[in-house]
This record gives sequence, C-alpha cells and structure tokens, in this order.
Amino acid sequence: MLQKDFRRLALILLFAPFALWIILLILLPHIGMIALSLREKVAPRVYEYGFANYMDFLNEPIYWNTLLRTGSMSLLVTALALLIGFPVAYYIAKLAGNRTRGALFLLCLIPLWVSDLIRAYGWILLLRETGVLSSFLQWAGIVDHPIEFLYNDVTVVIGLVYTVMLFMIVPLVSTLDGMDNSMIEAGYNLGGNGFTVLRRIIIPYAMPGIVSGCIVVFMLTAGSYLTPILLGGKNSSWFTEQIYNQFISRFNWEAGAAFGILLLLFTSIVIWLGLKLSGQTLANTVAKS
Amino acid sequence: MTNTPTYDLECIDIAKSFGAVRAVKGVSFNIPSGSFFSILGPSGCGKTTLMRMIAGFEEPASGDIRIKGRSVLGTPPNKRNVKMVFQHLALFPMMNVFENIAYGLRCNGVKNAEIKAKVHDVLERIALPDVAEREIHQLSGGQKQRIAIARCMVLDPDVLLLDEPLGALDLKLREAMKIELKQLQHQFNTTFIYITHDQSEALVMSDHVAIMNQGLFEQIGTPQELYHHPETAFVAGFVGDSNRWSGKVKASDGSGGTVETDQGLQMVFTAAGGRTIAEGTAVEVFVRPEFIHTVRRTEADGVPGEADNRMDGVVDSLLFNGANSRVLVRSSRGELIEADVTLTGHGDLKPGEEVCLFWSSRQAMCFPSEGSA
Amino acid sequence: MSIKTTVAGLLAATMLAGASSAHAETLRLLTWGSYAPEELIQKFEAEYPDIDVEVTFSNNEEMIAKLRATGGAGFDLAQPSHDRIYAAQLEYNIYKPLDLSKINTDVMQPKLLDGVKANTTIDGEVYAVPHQWGTSGLMADKSKAPDVKGWGDLCDPKYKGKTSMRLKRTILLGTAFAMGDNPFEAYSDLEKYQSILDKVADKLIACKDNIKAYWNSGDDLSAMMLSGEIVASETWDSTAYKLYAQNKNIVFVPPATGALAWIDTFAIPRKGKADDAAYKWINFVLRPENVSIMSASTGAIASVKGAKDLLPADKKAAVNAAFTDADIDNLKFFANIPPGVEDMEGRTLEKIKAATGG
Repeated sequence: MLQKDFRRLALILLFAPFALWIILLILLPHIGMIALSLREKVAPRVYEYGFANYMDFLNEPIYWNTLLRTGSMSLLVTALALLIGFPVAYYIAKLAGNRTRGALFLLCLIPLWVSDLIRAYGWILLLRETGVLSSFLQWAGIVDHPIEFLYNDVTVVIGLVYTVMLFMIVPLVSTLDGMDNSMIEAGYNLGGNGFTVLRRIIIPYAMPGIVSGCIVVFMLTAGSYLTPILLGGKNSSWFTEQIYNQFISRFNWEAGAAFGILLLLFTSIVIWLGLKLSGQTLANTVAKS
Repeated sequence: MTNTPTYDLECIDIAKSFGAVRAVKGVSFNIPSGSFFSILGPSGCGKTTLMRMIAGFEEPASGDIRIKGRSVLGTPPNKRNVKMVFQHLALFPMMNVFENIAYGLRCNGVKNAEIKAKVHDVLERIALPDVAEREIHQLSGGQKQRIAIARCMVLDPDVLLLDEPLGALDLKLREAMKIELKQLQHQFNTTFIYITHDQSEALVMSDHVAIMNQGLFEQIGTPQELYHHPETAFVAGFVGDSNRWSGKVKASDGSGGTVETDQGLQMVFTAAGGRTIAEGTAVEVFVRPEFIHTVRRTEADGVPGEADNRMDGVVDSLLFNGANSRVLVRSSRGELIEADVTLTGHGDLKPGEEVCLFWSSRQAMCFPSEGSA
Repeated sequence: MSIKTTVAGLLAATMLAGASSAHAETLRLLTWGSYAPEELIQKFEAEYPDIDVEVTFSNNEEMIAKLRATGGAGFDLAQPSHDRIYAAQLEYNIYKPLDLSKINTDVMQPKLLDGVKANTTIDGEVYAVPHQWGTSGLMADKSKAPDVKGWGDLCDPKYKGKTSMRLKRTILLGTAFAMGDNPFEAYSDLEKYQSILDKVADKLIACKDNIKAYWNSGDDLSAMMLSGEIVASETWDSTAYKLYAQNKNIVFVPPATGALAWIDTFAIPRKGKADDAAYKWINFVLRPENVSIMSASTGAIASVKGAKDLLPADKKAAVNAAFTDADIDNLKFFANIPPGVEDMEGRTLEKIKAATGG
C-alpha cells in the first residue's frame, strides 16, 4: 500500500516538470492570448469583451490578403524545400558513404549556426545591387549594368528555403534510412522503371517523413519574421510583421493577439488539410520520423 | 548456334571484381528448364554477387549470361524476365497483399480486370485465397514467404531467384517451408535458383546443387553425388559432417592404398573423384560419422569383414539428439572422432568405456592437400 | 504573540535587506542604442561605486511595450521621445512624476525644457525632462542628387529606383508638411487628420515605384547610401552625420518645410526602484565634459546650454554643413500623439505597404 503510494508520488514528481512546462509555457500563454484577443479598447483604460478584433480582420482586405499571401508563399517554400530536400536526403540516406554522410549533414546544419539576422545580412551582401553576385555577373561580362536581386518575393523565398532546408532533410533522411535497399531493388526487379519505383515505392514509403518535414517547414516559414522583413521588397508584407506592428507600433495588443490566434488557426487548418490529403495521421508521421 | 532452348539460364565464364576483391572468378553453368538449382557456399563466397548479376543489379566484368538462349548483358533489371525473392522478402509495407502482387502486372501495363484474375489465381495456387485485402504486417512469416513468391510468379518469370529467403524464419517453420518451396516449384514448373549457406536446405530441395567457394564453383551435381562423391576436399568438408585427418600416403596403387596420418594412425583409403594419388603425397582423409561403427572393446570380434580400418579409444562423451545421436571417442593418440550411434535407452555406451571404431576403406575419401594438388 | 514577533522579525529582516541592497544599487537603464557609451558608464560607476549600471537598448515603441507589459516595472530610468509620453502615461500609467528639485535643470536650454514640460505635464505633475535632441529629414549625395530640397523630392522620377525611406510615421508627417498641411495641428481633429493621412497615403503609394526599398535600420540605410545604390533618402540626422565622416558628399538636408525634431527625454518608470540613482545619472550625463562623450557616441545634440560647442569636431562640421540658423528656426517639433493616432497611422502604413506600386 505504502509502496504503491510512493510509486504514484514518484510518477507525479517525474511528470511534474513536463506538465508544468506544458501548462506554464504553452497552455497559459495561449489562454491569455485568447482572452486578450477578445478584449476591445473603447477608450483609454476602458475595455469591453467582444469579437471586434476578429471582425476587424475580416473587414480589412489588407489583413486577410496578407495572411493568404503568407500562407501561399509558405506553401511554395515548403514545396521547394521538399523538391530540393528529397534528392539530397535520398543521397544522404541511400547513396553516400558513412563519412560523406556526416559531412553532408554538417553542411545542412551550417545555416543554423548563425542567427537569423546574420543569415539575412549574408544574403543581402550577396544579392544587393552592388553585391557579390551582381558584381560577378558584370565582371564576367554577362550583364553590362548592376542588377538588383534583393527586395523581392523571390529573394524571400530563397532565403526561407535556405533557412528551413535542414528541417526538411532530417525527417526525410530518417525515414529513408529505415527503408531496406532491397525494397527499391524489388521495385525494379518486378518490372518497374525509375519513375514507377520513385512514385509507387520510395515516395509512399517516405510519406511519413515527407509530411512531418512539410509540417515543420510550413510552421517555421509561416511564423518567420526577420527573413521576410529584411529580404522582402516594398510590397512583401508578411503576417508576422502585421502582428509585430499591432503589438509594438500601434500598441494594439488586442488586435495583435487576435492576429496571433488567427495565424495559429490558419496554419493548423492547412496542416489538417495536408494530413487529410496525404492520408497520414499526426501520430503516424511524428512517431515514424 | 549451339544454344538449346532447354536451358533456362546459361552462365558462361562470368567474373566480377569489387576493387581488388575478385568476388566471382569465372563461373560457368547451365540450368535446364524447370529444375530446382541451388548455389551453396559459405558467406562471402560470391554467391550473392553471382545472383545479383543474373538479376541485373550488377554487370559482370566478363563472360555472358543467357536466359532462354538470349544474352541479357546490358539489359536493365526491370527488363529481364528474372524475378527475385529477397532475403528479407522486401514486400512493400505501404501496399496490401493484392497491390503487392499486382505491382509487377501494373508495371507491365496489364489491364485491371486481368490483374484481378491473375492475382486471385496466383493466391489460389499458393493456397492463400483470402488474404488479398490484408496488410503485410497482418501476415505470418510463412504467409509472407508465399506472398513474396506469388508476387514474382504472377509475372511468369523464366527464372526465379531466391536469396536465402528462409534465413529469418524459426526452425520449425523453416523445415515446413523447405517442403513447401519444393512443392511450389513443382507446381509452377519454373526454374528456381536458390542461394543458401545452409546445406540442409540445398540438399533437401534441389535437383542440382552447385558448391561455391571463393568465387568459383567447386562442383555441380545432385545432392547424392555431392554427398557421396565429393570431388574436392572443400566439398567433402562443407557438405555433411566428416571426421578429417591429414597425412601422407605410404603406399598407393593409384586409386587406393595406405596413409599414415599426422597422429600416426595407419588407414586404408580410396582416392576420391577417380583421382590417382601417388606415394608420398600429402593428403586429407574424410570419413563421415555415419560410416563409423562403434563397438565395445569386449565385443570387437564380431565385426563385419569389410570394415578394414580399426581404431581403439575411450568414449569421451555422448551427444544425444534422438535419431541423430553421436558419440565422441578420444583415440589413444589424443584426437576426437565423431561417430553416429543408435541410442536405445538400454545398455547404451557410457563415457569412459573402451571402444573400437571400424570403418571401410571405401568410406575413407582421400584428397591431395590444398596447395599440393 | 509568537506569530506577531515572527512577523515583526521578518519585516525587520526585509527592511534590513532592503537597506543593505540600497548600498549596492543597480540602475536599470532602458534607452536607445549608443545612448549609454561604455566610457560614461565606467566613469559613473567610478564616481558612485555603490551603483551598478545595467543597460537595455530599445526604441520608442518597444520601450512603451516593455513597460506596459509590467505596468512600469523592471527598469529605473527610460528615455522615450517627448511626444510618446503623454498618451502612453494616460493609457497605461507606466511612469511616475519627476521631482524636479533633484534635477539640475539650470544647465538645460530653457526653450527645450519648457517644451518638454509642456508636453509631459499631466494633472500638474511633470513626467519628463529633455536629454538630447535631433531631427529627421533628408539625406542626399550632393554629387548625384544636388537638388533634393524637400520631402517630395524622394518621389522625383529623376531619381527613380534610387531613393529610400523608412515606412514609419516620420515619412507620413513629412509628406503631409510637404503637401502643405500641418498634421500636428490636425491632431485635435482626428477626422481632419484622417483625411490628411488618406492624401499622404495616395501620394506615397504613387511614389512606391520611385523607391528602391524601405529601409529598416540605420545599417541598411548606410550600406545603400555608401554603395551609391540610392542617392537620397529620408533619414535620422545622426546617421547622415556618420556618413558625412566617410563621404563628404553625403549631407543631411533639412527639408524646405522644416526638419522634424524630436527630443529624447528622461522619464522614471512607475515601479522603478532606484530613483536616486536615476537622478544621479541624469545630472551626471548633463555635465559639460560628459555631454561631449555622449554626443560623440549618439550624434545627437544635448539639450544643455551651449550644446553645439560641446559637440566633437567632426559632428560640429557635419551639423554646420547641414543647418543654417534659418533651418534651426524652422524646426518642427513632434507634437504629443493623442490616443488613437498611432492606430490610424498604423493602418495607413499597412495600406501603403500592401499596395502594389512598383
């Protein structure tokens, strides 16, 4: 009896830090955000409760356009990261020798060794009108006047893809790694050509990794701030920028909180759709990769 | 052309190296239609490489591979009508049984209705008519085995390669599957090439067995030939159990004579494989345990006359294994000799008893030692 | 009985602890980058060995956000601009009134002191005193864009793709002045202010095509200007002065309608715990010898009497190259932002950012 109590106590003590972490750092802030987002400012230091902040969002095309733009560009980044990441992951998992593997993984890690800010400035140095790339093209005689590569959506996408690549590659490598090489050989042996084997065997097998990589990359991209701000051009609005502006420049914490909740809802819905379309479950993808 | 279509597979002097390692050093063989052919060898002998060359995953450095008389060099694996059952089966876990079997048909562009008929037909033939909709992880080990074979057989291959597919099964199931594989081969009447390092699998199932060692075929023959008439010392040692002595020939008439082992035992032998062995040659002599009679020293007089070799010793221990029980006898010169005995449970030999061992010179197979041949 | 004595004991202990911590006081400064040069901090700590200075760098918006989040706790001295105190105090109650008797106000320029006092007095209590002032205006490379004179010239097609601005309230106000309005006067009539903002938005959207990019920080502005990628931009004067030191062609240009002037102030957060140390710091940095060190770091002009003479030589040269006395007279000091204006301006800025111009 005593021992049973003791064991229960031990279990509670073991579980406590995790529960505290979830409650204090995830649950409470979100509840606070929801409460804040439902508050309307009617006069200085006077507030009422209601959905005005959400109505504001719906009534102002700038806001939901920015959200849709952020969403679609994040999807594009996710797709590109997958397109580039898949062959790289396949090479690392299936073709590279043990030593090259380590080196390649390390290479993928390099972008994460420096902060977001430094990374963005790196791209700026490279791509600006008087930057490395433009100068090189002029020197090589390919163009005869400086070219501005910076400050447009393409740059934002490149910068984001570069940043999130590792988060796509890691889950892909770990699922592909678990795939028996003979599965691929069997695919060929039974009459499949390269494309069939890729489409019917490798991709379905790697699906959990693909989906979990996409989820992480999409979330990271939609929630990124510095890269789109620093590399983006005059028209490159990003939804996190709107949230920042609401909180910091406009002192409108209520709207900022509402926007934050909306971003969370939006990304959750996109991910839910993605899971439905790919026929995966969250547990399946997270457990497998 | 001398090609006769009676051979499903012909390999002509094929060789393959990986860097400095010569995995396969010039192997030639023909396999007649509809036979069960095994390639038996220790791990690392090159048998997997040989099989991968037949399947098309590796290209031979020299030589030619012909299937139904046509060279397949340069033909990619998906264009060869050679199917393969992999060591761990390589069933596709993301497809159910039906899709696994239908995969190859779909690759060949077979119509849906026909696919359905063919899959059900093949499932019928492997006696698993109801598993089409099951997921792979819901199958037992033996069922998976049969599905892996069905997945290949539904494509009517000229040759089916099997890469130690029984290795992962437990002993009981493995025994059952040996028989089943043989029956399936009969039923489909397709040439099976079975790769294994387990001699009992090879001997039980095969029409012909090739013994492979260090990239070469040592001998090709029926299981009985290999067992009773090995042509090389390696085959004699590798196939079945043997007691083995090294020694020098004292007297020889070419096909037989007397040898003195390194321990000083005089033995009458027969030269194996129709060889002639001259006096003074260093040799190895193999005697299988089942051909050695063990008799208590007190009863040694009533021994059959043809057992022209005799040795005295003391029972060291008994290895009880039912019908396959053995006795270990330590000779007066210190070596241990294995002999089969029948243990009845009454009046059996006991450790410490003095015994005589008898065997016939016809069962003492003698080979020139490696390197001196 | 015993509980009472325990409580009393605890209280006494707390007070003792409080007293002893007063001996090793920490002054937590919330200020702008470069407003607390290491040299000054060391000097201050040498003079007051019982005070440690901790610095957090920030900007107007973040200062308010940080103090708002804690109700005015976490910092002992803040340095918001003079126009950002009144509304923030009204709405979030984050500062405490200053005890002017503890501040050496005699050294301050009366005009600036009175201006800040007028801006930050609520219910008869003064909440801020001036520290340094500077302006926002234009910057141009004289060799490539000699006739940049007013805010509107950034939209001159002559400099297409070679100008920049920061998409914040300064450019809204500047453009309003350039279009002949006085936005500060319109603060009292928000409807009128909105109509001005709408006009400004149209103008700036049309101008988007002319802009290379909106700058975010002094660093990217400097890089674009020095590399010649842009030839004119909206700027802080201090940034322009720094570039003048590297390229004498790059000068600060007070716009024809007047440079917009801001005064960074000293204000004490409501839950600040080291008021005495804060006053000591205020008086310390206003001493002439320290003003020079501060201005060398910030590029801004102190609001003490004779401040221009206390500027380091190179800054003085840059200021003289930029301002005439008439320009100084023409300065437009930012007016107090009434509640709600930030929101209106925020919306306008979003509209401009989202519009598809060039």
